[in-house]
Amino acid sequence: MSFWEKIGSFDRRYIFALIALTVIVPLLIPIGMPITTTNEVKSVYDYIDALPPGSAILVALDYDPAALAELYPMSIAMLKHAYTKKIKVIGMTLWITGASLGDVVMREAAQGIAEQDKDYAYLGFVPSGAVAIMRMGQDISAVFNVDYSGKSISQIPVMKGIKNYKDISLVVDLAAGSTPEAWIAYAGTPHHVPIAIGVTAVSAVGYYPYLNAKQIIGLIGGMKGAAEYEKLIQARGRASVGMDSQSMTHIAIILLIIIANVSYFVIRRKNKKEIES
Amino acid sequence: MKLRLPLILCFLCGIFMIVQFFVPPFTGVYDKLLNWVMIISIPALVIGLTSLIKLHSNRIIRKTPNMPYSTVAFVAMIVMALSGLIGGTGQGTWFEWMFKNIQVPMQATMFSLLAFYIASAAYRAFRARTLEATLMLVTAVLVMLARVPIGDFLWQHVMPDSVLQWKANLPEDVAGWILNVPSMAARRGIILGISLGAIATSIKIILGIERSYMGAGE
Repeated sequence: MSFWEKIGSFDRRYIFALIALTVIVPLLIPIGMPITTTNEVKSVYDYIDALPPGSAILVALDYDPAALAELYPMSIAMLKHAYTKKIKVIGMTLWITGASLGDVVMREAAQGIAEQDKDYAYLGFVPSGAVAIMRMGQDISAVFNVDYSGKSISQIPVMKGIKNYKDISLVVDLAAGSTPEAWIAYAGTPHHVPIAIGVTAVSAVGYYPYLNAKQIIGLIGGMKGAAEYEKLIQARGRASVGMDSQSMTHIAIILLIIIANVSYFVIRRKNKKEIES
Repeated sequence: MKLRLPLILCFLCGIFMIVQFFVPPFTGVYDKLLNWVMIISIPALVIGLTSLIKLHSNRIIRKTPNMPYSTVAFVAMIVMALSGLIGGTGQGTWFEWMFKNIQVPMQATMFSLLAFYIASAAYRAFRARTLEATLMLVTAVLVMLARVPIGDFLWQHVMPDSVLQWKANLPEDVAGWILNVPSMAARRGIILGISLGAIATSIKIILGIERSYMGAGE
């Protein structure tokens, strides 16, 4: 077996080991890659930054722990930004496995800068996705009459004066699935409430048509988007740290693809020559 | 009548939901209908839970080869449900502790395994065999390189100043163009196709032409 044939049938355990190294080493020895901001992330930041104190935003944390690595850092960065700007935050989720996670995320972001019920409320989970979004357009309390802890929302100070989307300045959907499409179709379009979304890198590509058609004001895509938001609020968090690992992993995958293709063409050429002779 | 009643109900509800969008006085009925849908969707969770219990208890009783996994799933489900029902789900509860320290790391681990499989699959299957495959490969490499900071980092450290004065962030710009022009055009076509298909199917359901929701083959 020639060198290139051996390369072509490389044991996948070596690939796993290489990927593990490219993830772990930069976490232990950070490189500090410079992060450039894109327009789609900056427009979300600018919109929240321009909101007057006391405005209310609705944040839907529509994800579960599987998407934590990408969506947790952007949730924390965006929520911290809103809390420091004294913007009222109403959290909720359409994902049953995200109910507890949403509570944890809202509390962790608020540590030292915001107070539950006074500055933010977490309403928890509601089933039936799109229908709940439609119903909230008439009356939020018809969908959530109590918050996640079971407190009546009429007793929560931050919810005072908030009836439906007319009282909301921005809806942010941080999602691991297709819920942004429902928010755009059933909240943004009929009720004219601005929508911003944060999604995993793999699904970000699917939302560019909505961004281009101005159906969403901005798009935070994956860990890179989260790192950009962290840069904008000048708080280096998990996403910025993870950028080094992600960069190295992408380089490793690109090198692997190049090596595999060189091996493929060398072997193909050799086989062709053998057939001809 | 058994067949006609659901068809009539479906037709009336479907037509009403279209009409109410243009007629504001129907808001009260619209709200009521939405409440009904939300109430109906809750038993779906109960049905899901019941079928889960049935599936795993059957595996445990019959001692199938997957019995150990079913036992873990069954016990975990009962422990999580009981801890939530007895002690609550808020801060400092057992439920929260188990969620943060067991479920979160397990689910995150499962998802992160994808990185390893994607790397292995890319190494084995991503070959420039045809023109289409080559185009896809080149696009993927460009986007992969540019959507992380190392793309611009390498560009700014390799290129001479004269090139950087012309384009300081070319990899990012190229990836942005790919996402905003060819990729978006394709995606927009897909969305339009799906939407037209959904409208056509909805009309067929409202008019009673498509009846598969009432039972297979009827």
